[in-house]
Amino acid sequence: MAILKGSSASMKGAGHTSTIKGSRRRGIALHLSLIIGLLLSVFPFYWAVIMSTHSSTEIFSYPPKLLPGSHFLENVRNLFDNVDFFGSMFNSLLVACSVTVLVLFFDSLAAFVFAKFQFPGRRVLFALMMVIFMVPAQLQAIPQFVIMAKLGWIGSMTALIVPAAANAFGIFWMRQYMKSAIHDELIDASKLDGAGFLRQYWHVALPVVRPGLAFLGIFTFMGQWNDYAWPLIALTNPDNVTLQVALSQLNGVHGTTDYGMVMTGALLALVPLLIVFAIGAKQIIADLGKGAIR
Amino acid sequence: MATAPVVDTPPAALAETPVTHPKKGILSYWRLYAAISPFYLLFLAFGLIPVGFSLYLSFHRWDGLGTMEFAGLSQYRYLLSDTQFWTSIGNTLIIWALATFPMIFLAMVTAVMLNSAVRFKNLYRFAYFLPNVTSIVAVAIIFGSVFSTNFGLANALLQAVGLDQVAWLNTPWGIKVAIAVLMTWQWTGYNAIIFLAGLQTIPGELYEAARMDGAGPVQTFFRITLPLMRPVLLFVLIISTVTGLQTFSEPQVLLQTTDNNSSFAGGPGHSGQTMVLYFFQQTFDNNDFGYGAAVAWGIFLVVIIFSIINWRLVQRRGED
Repeated sequence: MAILKGSSASMKGAGHTSTIKGSRRRGIALHLSLIIGLLLSVFPFYWAVIMSTHSSTEIFSYPPKLLPGSHFLENVRNLFDNVDFFGSMFNSLLVACSVTVLVLFFDSLAAFVFAKFQFPGRRVLFALMMVIFMVPAQLQAIPQFVIMAKLGWIGSMTALIVPAAANAFGIFWMRQYMKSAIHDELIDASKLDGAGFLRQYWHVALPVVRPGLAFLGIFTFMGQWNDYAWPLIALTNPDNVTLQVALSQLNGVHGTTDYGMVMTGALLALVPLLIVFAIGAKQIIADLGKGAIR
Repeated sequence: MATAPVVDTPPAALAETPVTHPKKGILSYWRLYAAISPFYLLFLAFGLIPVGFSLYLSFHRWDGLGTMEFAGLSQYRYLLSDTQFWTSIGNTLIIWALATFPMIFLAMVTAVMLNSAVRFKNLYRFAYFLPNVTSIVAVAIIFGSVFSTNFGLANALLQAVGLDQVAWLNTPWGIKVAIAVLMTWQWTGYNAIIFLAGLQTIPGELYEAARMDGAGPVQTFFRITLPLMRPVLLFVLIISTVTGLQTFSEPQVLLQTTDNNSSFAGGPGHSGQTMVLYFFQQTFDNNDFGYGAAVAWGIFLVVIIFSIINWRLVQRRGED
C-alpha cells in the first residue's frame, strides 16, 4: 500500500504552480465526475431495489417509478411460491463453500511444494500446470458432461464440486505468495524441532500466508456463487439447481414476466455475495491490481 | 470470471533451490508428489481426457446416446460453410468491439481520475468494483428490465427527451447494444482498478519533469502515462478479448425467452447469438455432440487468432 500513498502525493504536488483557487475548482470537478461514475455503477442496484418493491401493474406504468413502493413482501411471497428459493440457495452455498475449502487446501498444499521444495520433475510439472491454465472451457464441456453422465453425477452437486476442487490459478497465486512470504529459515527451524512435511505446511506455512488465502478464498467463493454455464447443463433436474439457474428459469418460464418478483429474487440472490465482498473488498481490490502489474 | 492476474515468474526464481535433499531416491519424495497430485488427477479426469476426447469427437457424428460414427473432416468442412456459425462470429466480434473500446476508454479515464483523487479513494474503488462481483444472471435480469420495450427505463429516457422508442431486445443492433452496455457496466470498474495499479507504479519524478518542461495534462498523458501503461493495457486487452469472445451468460439470460425452441438461440434472427451460445445450441439443444466439438475447436481458433492480433497491435504501437 506504500506505493499508493507516494503517487497520490506526487499528483497533489503537480498542481501547486496554479493558484489554490484553481486547484480547488479542479478538485471539485474531479469529484463531481467521480461521483457521476459512482452513481452509474450503483444505479442498477438501486433500480433492482425499486422494482422489487412494486407490483407488476405499477412497473408497467409510465412514467417509471423511481421511488420505493409497498409490494416488497408480496413479491417475496410470490417468489417463494414459484421457486424453491432456500433450497437452491442451500445448493449454491453447499457448492461454493465446499469448493472454496477444497481449493484452499489443495492449492495451498501444492503451492507450498512448488514454492519451497526441490524434487525430480518439478519444472516439467509446473510448466504443465501453466499450460493447463490456458485451455478454454468449451473444449472440456462436452466430454466433461459425458464423463459426469457415465459416473452418474449429472444432476448432483458432485458434478459441480469435484472438477473445481483444485485449479491452476490458485496454485500459481499461492506459490508466488509463499515464495516471498515464507522464509526458508522458518522451515529449517521447524525441521530442527522435528516437524514433518504436514506440520511444516500446517503450522509454519499457512499462518504466514493468511492474506493470500483470504484473497483466494473470497475470489473462489464469488466465482462459484456466480457460475452459471456449467450448472445450467450439469443440473438437469429442475428441482435440484443452484440459485443462478433457478433465477434464470424464473426469468424465462413465465411468458409475461412478473418483474417485481424476478427482481426480488435477483436482489436476494445477491445478498450473500455482497456480504462476502464487503468483508474482503480491500483485499480483493488491492491484490487484483498487484497481480496485473507484477 | 476469467480474472486471473497474470504474474511473470522471474527466471531466477525457478533456478533457486531453497530446501534441497540431493542424491535421494525418487520414492523419498512421495509426500511432495502426494501433495500436488490432487490437481493433476483432477486435470487428468476433467481436463486432459476431455480435451483429447473433444478432438476425437469432432471427427465423429454422435448424438450422445447411440453409437459414434466416424465422419472424418466433414464436421469441419460443414463448419466452414455454416452461415449461422459465421453470423455468430460476426455477432461476437461486434458485441466485443462495442463493449471493449468504450470500456477501456472509460476505465482509463476513471483510473486517471482515481489516481489524482485524494479523498474517498476507497469508497470510489469499492463502488466502481461492485458491478464486477455481481452475478451475471441478476445483472442480465436487471438490464432486461432497463431495455424492455414497453416499460423499460432506457425507452422512458428516450421518450422523455422526445426521441422514438427502440425495441431493444427485438432488433439486431438493439440486442447488441444492450449486451455491450451490460458488459461495459460490469467490467469498466474492474479494469479501472487494474489501470490504477499500473498508474501507481509510474514514478512521480517523471510527472515533475514533464511539468518543468511545460507539458499540459493531455501531453503528459500521451507522452508519459500511455507509453508506460502499455504492459497493463496489453493485459487488459488480452483478458477482455479472451473473456469477451467467450460471452455466453449475458445474451443467454437476456434473450432466453425470445425463442421457444432453444434458450441458446440469441434472439430474433440469431442476432444476439454469440459463438459460445451457438456451441451450446448445437451441442445440448440439438444433441449434436460431434458437431458441437468441432464448433468448440473453431471458437478456440478464433479466440487465439484475435488474441494474437490484439497483442501485435499493442506491441507494434509501442515500437514506433
